Amino acid sequence: MIFGYSIGDLGSILVMQGFAGLILFSVFVLMALGLAIIFGQMGVINMAHGEFMILGAYMTFLCSHLFQTYLPGLFGIYFFVAMMVAFLVSGALGLATEWLLIRHLYARPLDTLLATWGLSLIMQQAFRSIFGAREVGVELPPWMMGSLNVSDTIEVQINGLFVMGLTLMITAVVALLMFRSRWGLQVRAVVTNRVMSSAVGIDTRRIDRLTFGLGCGIAGVAGSAFTMIGSTSPSAGQLYIVDTFLVVVFGGAQSLLGTIASALTISQSQSTLEFFMSGSNAKVLTLLIVIGMLMLRPQGLFVLKVRK
Amino acid sequence: MSQKPPIDLQSPFRRKLLVGSAALSATALLSPHALAQQFPTAKVNTTGLAVTNSEVTVGILHSVTGTMAISETGSVEAEKLAIEQINAQGGVLGRKIKFIQEDGASDWPTFAEKAKKLLVNDKCASVMGCWTSASRKAVLPVFEQYNGMLYYPTFYEGLEQSKNVIYTGQEATQQIIAGLDWVEKEKGAKTFYLLGSDYIWPRTSNKIARKHIENKLKLKVVGEEYFPLGHTQFNSVINKMKLVKPDVIYAIIVGGSNVAFYKQLKAAGIDLTKQTLMTISVTEDEIDGIGGENIVGAYACMKYFQSLGNPNNKAFVPAFKKMWGEKTVIGDVTQAAYLGPWLWKLTAEKAGSFDIDKIAAASPGVEFKGAPEGYVRIHENHHLWSKTRVGRARPDGQYDVVYETKDLMEPDPFPKGYQ
Repeated sequence: MIFGYSIGDLGSILVMQGFAGLILFSVFVLMALGLAIIFGQMGVINMAHGEFMILGAYMTFLCSHLFQTYLPGLFGIYFFVAMMVAFLVSGALGLATEWLLIRHLYARPLDTLLATWGLSLIMQQAFRSIFGAREVGVELPPWMMGSLNVSDTIEVQINGLFVMGLTLMITAVVALLMFRSRWGLQVRAVVTNRVMSSAVGIDTRRIDRLTFGLGCGIAGVAGSAFTMIGSTSPSAGQLYIVDTFLVVVFGGAQSLLGTIASALTISQSQSTLEFFMSGSNAKVLTLLIVIGMLMLRPQGLFVLKVRK
Repeated sequence: MSQKPPIDLQSPFRRKLLVGSAALSATALLSPHALAQQFPTAKVNTTGLAVTNSEVTVGILHSVTGTMAISETGSVEAEKLAIEQINAQGGVLGRKIKFIQEDGASDWPTFAEKAKKLLVNDKCASVMGCWTSASRKAVLPVFEQYNGMLYYPTFYEGLEQSKNVIYTGQEATQQIIAGLDWVEKEKGAKTFYLLGSDYIWPRTSNKIARKHIENKLKLKVVGEEYFPLGHTQFNSVINKMKLVKPDVIYAIIVGGSNVAFYKQLKAAGIDLTKQTLMTISVTEDEIDGIGGENIVGAYACMKYFQSLGNPNNKAFVPAFKKMWGEKTVIGDVTQAAYLGPWLWKLTAEKAGSFDIDKIAAASPGVEFKGAPEGYVRIHENHHLWSKTRVGRARPDGQYDVVYETKDLMEPDPFPKGYQ
């Protein structure tokens, strides 16, 4: 008996907790990816990131209603359509935001912080006016609910698997875009040296706009996926934003790999600690660990090596 | 509900008047104007409140923007409905109620500032408002300093009592004790796992629950855990509960966390029709966001459910839906908010005055027979005597009432042996 559990119990704890940690890891990566891309590329901290996620969640809500009303036969697959709609709508709004707001403020990074924060307030109130202040329930197709029984004590949640799969896919697509496409090459060039890239003929403004749109679009997909595990209400975006920033800052702002490594560290310590202590205390300890690490490595886990 | 008197939305005062003055012509009696003349403004309002010969002003102070708008919207709707109904019946002491609505914006200092505005500038005769304990604590000094009257609708942790507040929701013992007794007797529960969001209400409530479970019922608490507000990942604690296998999960999780918690419980294969779960924080309002299919089978301990079958409620629910839309749902707090304007009207008529001191003094003993939850009465400590009920969640987001206490539960904001 260890901690009051038998050996068999401990075995299944290990498996279940490992899985819980993996789900949390996927959630963190999904949340942080959009923010990390934008921050890494443009140095803009998008305070409205959470609201872009919730926009995606509301799109999912709308899609679920449309499918229920007009295409009940296809309800089982509506979620995929919803995610695409979420990506397009959030992405389009992201492009518009960049064009209307952000591009005028590139010289003043602190002001983008304020501007995007203002945007987040505007978006929250817009959600409230359009969809109402109350939470909306997003109905899932039945096959996405429930869990697979592996053994008596080990159960694998289907929506957890779904989130993991989705995260894997999106990360792979982003990595491909970043490291195998012409656009990615240009992005990396701009990150390394904006002035020089501009001088060699890269349209940095266009790159910025696309990056911002892509980041917001990914946020939309994340929000859409989170309707499975969280709530959809005008201010729910605020619930995610702290964790998201934590992951991005801890990972080192300009590195995709850093974001992933940091999400892994934070999620695993959080879910392991949560098992042995209360949720609040686990959070405090996780934050202490992060602060400690940041004191040792202020630049985050991974940094791009750039000659200054 | 057989002992309940037939529906009666009229005030005791008006009935007495009707009986006592048969000589007067009925039309003169029923005209509000005539009533107002019987109660001249100079007499019913000696402290300079906003009362004229034809109108009396009250305040509504809730968050309609910000995080709390989710919860407070229902309260605002209920209060407006009550005011409209009272006006349709001739108002209070022959005066129509006019309301001034202010937005607390989910921000506690704003609540205090707006409360001051309603009392000092607008001279409101009473204010219906606040939702969270934090907002109530913020406005309390204002109401005490400027001598206002607040009708507060939310079930809360107790440990407070003020001359200037009428608490129309339950304090913690009214919501907890009867429910625990029921689950012990009905489900043979032996072990409890307590969960909560990390702030004063869940912590105080779980403290009371723990004392009751351990000291009175002589049963066992096998776990107690708190999560930051807005927490969205419950997989670890769900795993833990799967191993510990408590007879009852006792959950006081609030806000957006609720949605995450119940969705993840369901995803983890915990079937609430088999695992007993009792909550005091999920009303029909919250189920709207959680989704009925995710919480079906859970037990909630409240004083009001929309599905109550008494005649008052059968009139109240359609009236509410007619005013605010067919799709709206009515939770426990919404109903408690609806009581506020009615209790104030009845108290003013009992006191024959709008003066705050007279209202405060006349409040104990005021009874409202038309309450949707059934009969309620104000206690000397300014809380309400009311019944405790246990409901079981249905897939359509409503509750089936499975138990109600025989008698009204006495409000006890400072419970001995539970602190």
